[in-house]
Amino acid sequence: MLRWLIGGGREPQGLAEKSSVQTIGEEQIQNPYTELLVLKGHQDIVRFLVQIDDCRFASAGDDGIIFLWNAQTGEKLYELHGHTQKITAIAPFSSSDGTEERNDLIITASADRTVIIWDCASGRQVQKVSCLHSTVKCLTVLQRLNVWLSGGSDLCVWNGKLDLLCKTSHLTDAGVSALVELPKNCVAAAVGKELIIFRLSASNNGSEGWNILEVKRLVDHEDNISSLVSVNDLTFVTGSHIGELIVWDALDWTKQASECNFWDSSVHPDVQPEIKLSQSPHETSVQHLASDEECVFAAVGKGIYVYNLQMKRVIACQRAAHDSSVLHIEKLPNRQLISCSEDGSVRIWELREKQQLPAEPVPTGFFNMWGFGRANKQANQAAKKMHENTPVYFLELVGDLIGHSSAVQMFLYFGELGLATCSADHLIILWKDGERESSLRSLTLFKKLAQNGDLQLKL
Amino acid sequence: MISAPDVVAFTREEELEDDLYREPPLPEEYSVPLFPFAGQGANPWAKVAGSKFTRDFILISEFSEQVGPQPLLTIPDDAKVSGTFDLNYFSLRIMSVDYQASFVGHPPGSAYPKLNFVEDSKVVLGDSKEGAFAYVHHLTLYDLEARGFVRPFCMAYISADEHKIMQQFQELSTEFSKASECLKTGNRKAFANELEKKLKDLDYTRTVLHNETEQQKKANDKGYYTTQAIEKANELASVEKSIIEHQDLLRQIRSYPYRKLKDSEFHPYEPECALERAGVGSDQDPAASDPAEPGETHLYTHVPSYTPKLIKAKSAKCFDKKLKTLEELCDVYFFTQTLDQLHHIERTFRGDVCYLLTEQISRALLKQQSVTNFLFEDVSFLDEKPPEKQYRGCQGLGQGAMDEKCLEESLAPKVVISLGSYKSSVECVPIKMEQEMEDSEEPKMAESVMSEHQENLDYLDADIKGSISSGESIEVLGTEKSGSGLTKSESQASLPVMPSPQAGRSKVGSRRTVSEDSIEVLSTCPSEALIPEDFKASYPSAINEEPYADDDEGGLRFTPRANLADDGQDDVSKQESLVQVDAACCIGKESPNFLEPLPELGQKPCEEDGVVRIPPQPYRAEQGLRGGFPSHEGLSAGLLPYELDSRYLSGSREVSKSSLDECSDSTSYISSAASTCSDRTPSPAHLGSAAGERHRKRAGQNALRFIRQYPFAHPAIYSLLSGRTLVVLGEDEAMVKKLVTALSIFVPSCGVYAKPVKHWVTSPLHLVDFQKWKLIGLQRAVSPAGVNVLHALSRYSRYLSILDADSKTLRCPLYKGAVVARLADHRTQIKRGSTYYMHVQSILTQLCSKAFLFAFCHHLHLPISEREPEESVVHRRMNFLKLQLGLANEDVKIVQYLAELLKLHYIQEPGQGGNPLLRFDYVPSFLYKI
Repeated sequence: MLRWLIGGGREPQGLAEKSSVQTIGEEQIQNPYTELLVLKGHQDIVRFLVQIDDCRFASAGDDGIIFLWNAQTGEKLYELHGHTQKITAIAPFSSSDGTEERNDLIITASADRTVIIWDCASGRQVQKVSCLHSTVKCLTVLQRLNVWLSGGSDLCVWNGKLDLLCKTSHLTDAGVSALVELPKNCVAAAVGKELIIFRLSASNNGSEGWNILEVKRLVDHEDNISSLVSVNDLTFVTGSHIGELIVWDALDWTKQASECNFWDSSVHPDVQPEIKLSQSPHETSVQHLASDEECVFAAVGKGIYVYNLQMKRVIACQRAAHDSSVLHIEKLPNRQLISCSEDGSVRIWELREKQQLPAEPVPTGFFNMWGFGRANKQANQAAKKMHENTPVYFLELVGDLIGHSSAVQMFLYFGELGLATCSADHLIILWKDGERESSLRSLTLFKKLAQNGDLQLKL
Repeated sequence: MISAPDVVAFTREEELEDDLYREPPLPEEYSVPLFPFAGQGANPWAKVAGSKFTRDFILISEFSEQVGPQPLLTIPDDAKVSGTFDLNYFSLRIMSVDYQASFVGHPPGSAYPKLNFVEDSKVVLGDSKEGAFAYVHHLTLYDLEARGFVRPFCMAYISADEHKIMQQFQELSTEFSKASECLKTGNRKAFANELEKKLKDLDYTRTVLHNETEQQKKANDKGYYTTQAIEKANELASVEKSIIEHQDLLRQIRSYPYRKLKDSEFHPYEPECALERAGVGSDQDPAASDPAEPGETHLYTHVPSYTPKLIKAKSAKCFDKKLKTLEELCDVYFFTQTLDQLHHIERTFRGDVCYLLTEQISRALLKQQSVTNFLFEDVSFLDEKPPEKQYRGCQGLGQGAMDEKCLEESLAPKVVISLGSYKSSVECVPIKMEQEMEDSEEPKMAESVMSEHQENLDYLDADIKGSISSGESIEVLGTEKSGSGLTKSESQASLPVMPSPQAGRSKVGSRRTVSEDSIEVLSTCPSEALIPEDFKASYPSAINEEPYADDDEGGLRFTPRANLADDGQDDVSKQESLVQVDAACCIGKESPNFLEPLPELGQKPCEEDGVVRIPPQPYRAEQGLRGGFPSHEGLSAGLLPYELDSRYLSGSREVSKSSLDECSDSTSYISSAASTCSDRTPSPAHLGSAAGERHRKRAGQNALRFIRQYPFAHPAIYSLLSGRTLVVLGEDEAMVKKLVTALSIFVPSCGVYAKPVKHWVTSPLHLVDFQKWKLIGLQRAVSPAGVNVLHALSRYSRYLSILDADSKTLRCPLYKGAVVARLADHRTQIKRGSTYYMHVQSILTQLCSKAFLFAFCHHLHLPISEREPEESVVHRRMNFLKLQLGLANEDVKIVQYLAELLKLHYIQEPGQGGNPLLRFDYVPSFLYKI
């Protein structure tokens, strides 16, 4: 009624039957986030959020400013100015100089071809490098070796004092798009369609000298590699723009498994052809990957997919999880999954397991894309293909967070403290558990009462 | 607003301003006359129906040396107000009770005439025949042409209600003192100017005479003086004498110790002050104070250049000359300021005393609810600067003038003086009132003050001696008043130390500033003991001349408050007062009915149920401390330690009054003056401004209309009370704004600032808006921009309730509680906007106290023991809300939300604003239609 009244609901009416995006009503019992704080400061798209420690995080974006925030109070701790152009990469770096106290630093790289190391405690710039040949697009810290790598058109290795230890030859103009640390002092760099494995080896002529050697080039992807994530010491996963997902062995860099076009009939042969046709390459791009020990969670186009590493197949998916591309995805400890999207919403999913009983209709979430949860023949057939004893998983929407008015670029999960989301609308929103906050405030209140000595007078 | 609405249910308010909501008047034949004698301005509650005037007014009278007592002007300046009341007669009455000593002339032993800086006297006077009771404030203005240079004036607040005068004595006194001080300041300026002109005249005359004499000398060389020459010489001599006298007068008037109100609103512009200070400072060297000297005149450069006139030796007969008008006597600026102040007084004290007192009580109580009052009250005017500060400011400046003098002698006294006088001025008041509570600490304080004073006596004495004379008598009585709070030994101990009576007086003079609250004019008599014998004779014993003191019910009175509180009056005053006290006593003893209730005032707590069973009494701090409000008591006492301070009493009084001051609702009340019983129109007491008052009234009316019109008013109000932003959507701006105004009275504030209400928005809303605003009027437009607006609305619909003013629909969560039903009963009998507003406020106050209890109960939020699981705390919490507070369903959420606001407010550090939170629930919304 209201939609009619005020001119359209979340989706225009015309789209309603076509869209298969699952929606959840306003009643969200399981959604803990009932309080929010809007953090204002940025003047342009906020693209990055990095956690510094238990209660602090940094945000950075296209305005070239880095803000440090207190995740509990939302207080702005520092405003770091130094870059003249947008930030392209940010990484936390804690240098322990042999002393017992940890020194929290963050490294930021910008399109102005500088890299700056900031001290989070004082909010001051520690060091700055401005002699770079190209924009650094990714940063990786090898905490174990106390070095960090920057990936632009070449790959450089730096130590904590911002000394260039070694660098590769020019790789490509496009530059390294992603870096991931592998065992045995190796790193995998995504360079275009190629995945290049480099090895760091200590040089002979110095205590702190390192050499970097290209070990292997993997050319299995057919399109640019868009995401790269390390699952555990033995495996890492890459995803490409056309939706290929490849699981690699981290030790010998061989392909363990691959899931190509796992959105289409190779997995679900019954999918109607027109849906496949409707999927543009953009919509199949693997935007982001996350993983826990068992599964890889892939944000592919508008959907999210759960790929089980042991079963080597997609065990659950939400093909149209959002109205628009999913930009970031994260697995929470409690079997929940959070995704954020260009449509400005953040959704909380829960991976549920349902023991499949023969001939029982498939529950809603699993093959949601076909409609509104009515079990149909196709679903039944698909289900029958599975092993009888296989648990059936599905992703259920347990809540959504609507606050941003533009694409939510990224989010940061702070456990109890809540969730920070950043967006193209220049805002950062801290989502909090209202109950918890309320009781925390009560605690503060009584502390303050006691401090002021007001409790005694009550007697 | 705590006061029960039924108290003021009968008050009238004009509904002209809101013609939309005006209901058609009842045809004449159906209306029942309220009161048989209902004529112009009559009302059934008028205590003295026979009074000849329709409403309270202020009368300014003068005791003219030519025609005797005469009324000068009334405020409001409306013939209808005073009606058939005989102003001339009443002027005679009020002028005849002037106790101030207006002695001027050549005191024996003094070569020159002395000005005397007389303190105002304050008297309450009643005339049952006329049905008039008056607070009378006498003051003296200087006029060079007047006999003895003084013109006695008085300002009187005249009311038909005796209790009003008595109970508001303090307030009236303070307010009138301001007006008087303003007048006198202007008068001193004018007088100084006049003297200067006169001096120039005299100087010129002298020159002329001198030349003539010289010429005559030259012309006649006979060796002897002609009679003409002798005459001239005599004339010259008298002119010279006159010059010296006038110079002395000028010095005196300039050396007037500027004590207070120096930098208050009466003197807004700096040059004035600087000038006067300079004037004061200039006489630190008496020789230099000769105004004829060019070095001095530059200070008065703003005075238009004056052409001296020749003064004839013999001035005109006093009956020939026209006396200056009041306006001429004072600077025009100060005169208008005074009138403003008097108008303000009239407005402030307009209405029934019951209303005034209720207002004061509720204000004082509200002020105590420091934790919760920000939610629904406009606290901005509760937080007015404490009166001490004002005094301090004035003192400081006045003191500054003195300091300049002191500078010569030593630097040390400067500090001591200002400290001493400050303390004395502040502390004198409460001592009296709360002697029983405070006597353990106060004497010490006072003692130190005293001793500090002692140190300064010499300095002060040395400087003021010249100008301060017998006029001090009233100030002396001020000592006794202010000293009366001190223990007996205290004041006695201090007296002998005084080097001389004069020193004692000058000391008193500096204390005197606040002791004005010492009401008794009557103690004038005892104070005579301290006046040197030769001065005494010149005192008119006005009391003996008071003809009505004995035979009349409404004789002269003084407020017994002070007397009762310090029944152990210092011996000094008692002994001395016996001399002339007979008249004084008969005045006091005649109002037993008034004396009686006061002692138990403090003990009687307010009725909890909100129904006033006893007539309201002036607020006392004890009420708060004796358990009227058990929930707030301990805490607020603890939160605001200063409330326990004796100063609080005076503080609350001051504040309540000064906030009354703010309600300068001139327009609405001037318009109401024409309406019939405007006399009892409640003074716009609790409002910050005229706009505020009207706003509330209109809001109340609109709200009333809203709840009658919309069956879904309850869920809408629930949304507001539970912190869910309500968007009023509509095409017509006026209509939307009206709805927003109506609903704004239900919006809890988040802080001490303005309510989170936005009346009109045309751009799409964002999340940030919902943090900031809890009630928004939103434009519905058909343009593409309008579509965006609606789109944003639907996007954020989970945070919003949407009231569509055009199609009369509401989309918001369900409400099944009971609180809102009481708050907004569509069958309510309440007709008037302000009454409904009060009804709302009282229910909201109840809610606030529930929220307060909920937020500040320790065990509801924290586990009692270490091992107690969180669930049991939650269980206890819900139990408390449901069983103890008796809240049903959604009412719980209201209280929770309010409690959350209280918590946030309390834990918020004063310095930082804190991030605004947005709290929300994931609850389904429903669509309501008419």
